[in-house]
Amino acid sequence: MARSKRLTLKDHVRETLIFNQRVIIAAIVVMLMTAILITRLVYLQIVNVGHYSLLSENNRVNTLPIPPIRGLIYDRNGILLAQNLPSFTLELVPEHIDNLEQTLAELDKLINLTEQDIARFKKYRKRHKRRFEGVPLRFRLNDQEVARIAVNQYRLAGVEIDAQLTRHYPLGSLAAHAVGYVGRINEAEASRIDESDYSGTNHIGKIGIEKSYEDLLHGTVGFQRVETNAQGRILRVLERTLPIPGKNLYLNLDVKLQAIAEQGFSSKDSEYNTGALVAIDPRDGAVLALASLPTFDPNLFVNGIDTKTYAQLRDSPDRPLFNRALRGQYPPGSTVKPLIGLAGLEFGEVNSHQEIDCPGWYTLKNDPRRYRDWKKEGHSATDLTKAIVESCDVYFYDLSLALGIDNIYSYLSQFGLGELTGIDVEGEKAGLMPSPAWKRRARQLPWFPGETLITGIGQGFMLTTPLQLSSITATLSLRGGRMQPQMLYAVESPETTEFTTIPSTPVKQRPHAEENHWQTIINAMEQVVHGVHGTARRISRNLPFKIAGKTGTAQVFGIKQDEEYVEEDIKKKLRDHALFIGFAPVEDPQIAVAVIVENGGSGGAIAAPIARRVMDQYLLNTEN
Amino acid sequence: MAMQQSQIMDAPQSRVRRSRFPKLHIDWALFIALLLLAGVGLFVLYSAGDKSMELVSRQGMRVLIAFLVMIAIAQFSPYSIQFWSPMLFGLGLLLLFAVLLMGEIGKGAQRWLDLGFVTFQPSEIMKLAVPMMLAWYLADAPLPPSKGRLTIAALALIIPTLMVAKQPDLGTSLLIASSGVFVLILAGLSWRFMGTVLILIAASTPVVWNYLLHDYQRQRVLTFINPGIDPLGAGYHINQSTIAIGSGGLYGKGWLNGTQSHLDFLPERSTDFVFAVFSEEFGFLGILILLSLYAFIITRGLIIAMQAQSTFGRLIAGSITLTFFVYVFVNIGMVSGILPVVGVPLPLVSYGGTSIVTLMAGFGILMSIQTHRKLMAN
Repeated sequence: MARSKRLTLKDHVRETLIFNQRVIIAAIVVMLMTAILITRLVYLQIVNVGHYSLLSENNRVNTLPIPPIRGLIYDRNGILLAQNLPSFTLELVPEHIDNLEQTLAELDKLINLTEQDIARFKKYRKRHKRRFEGVPLRFRLNDQEVARIAVNQYRLAGVEIDAQLTRHYPLGSLAAHAVGYVGRINEAEASRIDESDYSGTNHIGKIGIEKSYEDLLHGTVGFQRVETNAQGRILRVLERTLPIPGKNLYLNLDVKLQAIAEQGFSSKDSEYNTGALVAIDPRDGAVLALASLPTFDPNLFVNGIDTKTYAQLRDSPDRPLFNRALRGQYPPGSTVKPLIGLAGLEFGEVNSHQEIDCPGWYTLKNDPRRYRDWKKEGHSATDLTKAIVESCDVYFYDLSLALGIDNIYSYLSQFGLGELTGIDVEGEKAGLMPSPAWKRRARQLPWFPGETLITGIGQGFMLTTPLQLSSITATLSLRGGRMQPQMLYAVESPETTEFTTIPSTPVKQRPHAEENHWQTIINAMEQVVHGVHGTARRISRNLPFKIAGKTGTAQVFGIKQDEEYVEEDIKKKLRDHALFIGFAPVEDPQIAVAVIVENGGSGGAIAAPIARRVMDQYLLNTEN
Repeated sequence: MAMQQSQIMDAPQSRVRRSRFPKLHIDWALFIALLLLAGVGLFVLYSAGDKSMELVSRQGMRVLIAFLVMIAIAQFSPYSIQFWSPMLFGLGLLLLFAVLLMGEIGKGAQRWLDLGFVTFQPSEIMKLAVPMMLAWYLADAPLPPSKGRLTIAALALIIPTLMVAKQPDLGTSLLIASSGVFVLILAGLSWRFMGTVLILIAASTPVVWNYLLHDYQRQRVLTFINPGIDPLGAGYHINQSTIAIGSGGLYGKGWLNGTQSHLDFLPERSTDFVFAVFSEEFGFLGILILLSLYAFIITRGLIIAMQAQSTFGRLIAGSITLTFFVYVFVNIGMVSGILPVVGVPLPLVSYGGTSIVTLMAGFGILMSIQTHRKLMAN
């Protein structure tokens, strides 16, 4: 109810004055506040435009990796050793699933879900924030399961099958130690590798060629810059840098040879199933076969081996995961005798005609201990050739003593004993070439003369790997030439199919001997196989080419004085290792082989036949 | 001076028009500025709503209704508006009670009243009813008001403000409070009194903070002070909108090219945060043009207030104009990250129903005051 009120003129003027004054003050405040807003906007849009543009760009643009395809591995004849096969993962997309329980029930009818599948799915589901991204339910679907889901796809909304490439080794356990395998990247590896280079890749080479040539096999990761919305859904691809696939590798390995080598251990007698064989082409150092027995299926490791299977492999007394060819360190036994003989000739301690009398044992002055020959009754009058052919220990005791450990050490080191061969696959061991200096350092003990004697027959401290033995055999065959053992034959770029063969690497350090000294030793080694008294004479039957070789037995444990070594009485694991080294053909050496059969007992009977089968395959190309 | 000049200039024109047609009471300067602003709003909305013509046409309908409401109100004389003020206030208060009661029953936040055919927010009525009521009451006695009248006016201001704040709707209660406070200040409230009240408010802040604010409101203020505490939750709005504004730069990314808004990074982008879309797409220059439009409207409103011939008219015109500025300031301030996030729309640009009608009704009152002036003088 507006009542009329009489106002004096003075009141009215005063009121208007006050009001106008207040409006003007208000207008000033409005201007000041507007100035604050404009200042803020200048700060955001003019001063910091770069910063906010970057933030906005980062908001919108995501960089996603495109993993490269891993290179394939072939043998020297192009037989596939490692490939990538599509593997199917069943995924559920939460966004498109109305009733999860019902979908799971439907899938259970089709592919029998396990409780483990469902538990793992629920765990992954909590981690996945983006509702349009698939959550894995089952890995490694087989073809039948894929087909069953594909047929029923129309009524399974939100069920997707994702195809990925998984490493596969088609030959299974064959050459598993040499080729190696890939596995999921673990934490230690993750801290070592370039993270961006492995984004989008889950696997990395763990052992063997897969590990040693990881850089070549992996390739270079590609990227795509994509525009995403706030939920992370990809709207479009802005830019794409394609990945560069990994290089295909061709190995020097000959799979047929490798198979023969591996069969040599398993087929004959289950007792002799552990050991190693290395075959090298002496001319270029190409590793033709690299076998370590027993072996294992590398496919088990690719997507994570289950703990039970792994425990079985790990705890097996035969140690299938142990790469004996590169890492097994054995006393070389009598296989070292040709080198000692050569050293004797070179240092002028013996000549090829000198004979000694072998009574079956040897003693040092002021030492009651008897150093026994393997042949109890002795070899009677023995020259160097006979000493090698019949593997007379007494001859080499005497020669070693004459040479002295320093000469033995310096000469044998020229062959690379006690050193890494430099093979292009990870993990090899150096073995041990003992010397007084080494013994003082490692054991804080002086060198005893008796130790010189047993070094001369490849016992005592001396340790070699099968790879080293094959390498010295190759060096003998070349009469002093040394090539670095090499697994990789060639690299192929899958994009350009450019094929690059890897040149072989000669080793600078090489043993020197006069031509007739080499000839003496090689002749003796030929007699080992082809001579009537040769310790490996049984492999010479129907042999169309000439092999020069040397057998050996490596003591697993020492025999007390005056004790008989009776093979049958000793438990298998304590029996001597059987060794054989050899090359062929003698006139034109093309293959050098070293074999060790753990607890095989006799080199001539057990190890040499395996070497011959490998040589037959390589030189005659027959499946013998 | 200014008042007299414009009277002389306007007089012959209106006389001519009155002689030929029944006079349509419209302030054309204000009308055109508002029309331009609404046009800009629909343009931005098309972009903010992902090119949805449906959204634009729905908002276009609201704008049309709001303009019709404004023109209709402008036809009433300021006297009748003054006369109906207490009734409107009483109705608003009643509806607020109804909303609060229904909120009690519904056990949750309640702002809307469902009248069967339409739902609306009674708090919107109060945005106009409170300043009208105060202006009506204070115009009844000589100014500046006495202490007794001031107390009653303060009650008429505080009660509805608290009721709206309790709904809870911090933005609207803030607008209601400021519209009432503007009436009091323009009525000649003494500076000393205002100082005392400010000190009292400052002193009562801890009480308000601990007992009167809801958790989410406290969270908003905390987030405002440090958006980093919750970059994906409450701080997300502010971070994303400052990124949108900042990345717009001087010239903007162009209409429909704002990546922040079109890729869903910007929340509430067609309603309270529409200014961020505008800034991203039209840049600083676009903002200057938008702010000029607002400045023109506010200047025009203040001129109308100063030229008004009744106490009620000048108080209500001044209050409506200054409250309009508060809308603009609070909205841009919160979107650009210098004020906490409170639900205040950008007038005539933000998508939304009731608020635009209330706003235009306010401008209708301004036009009524301006265009009925000469009749009164006669």
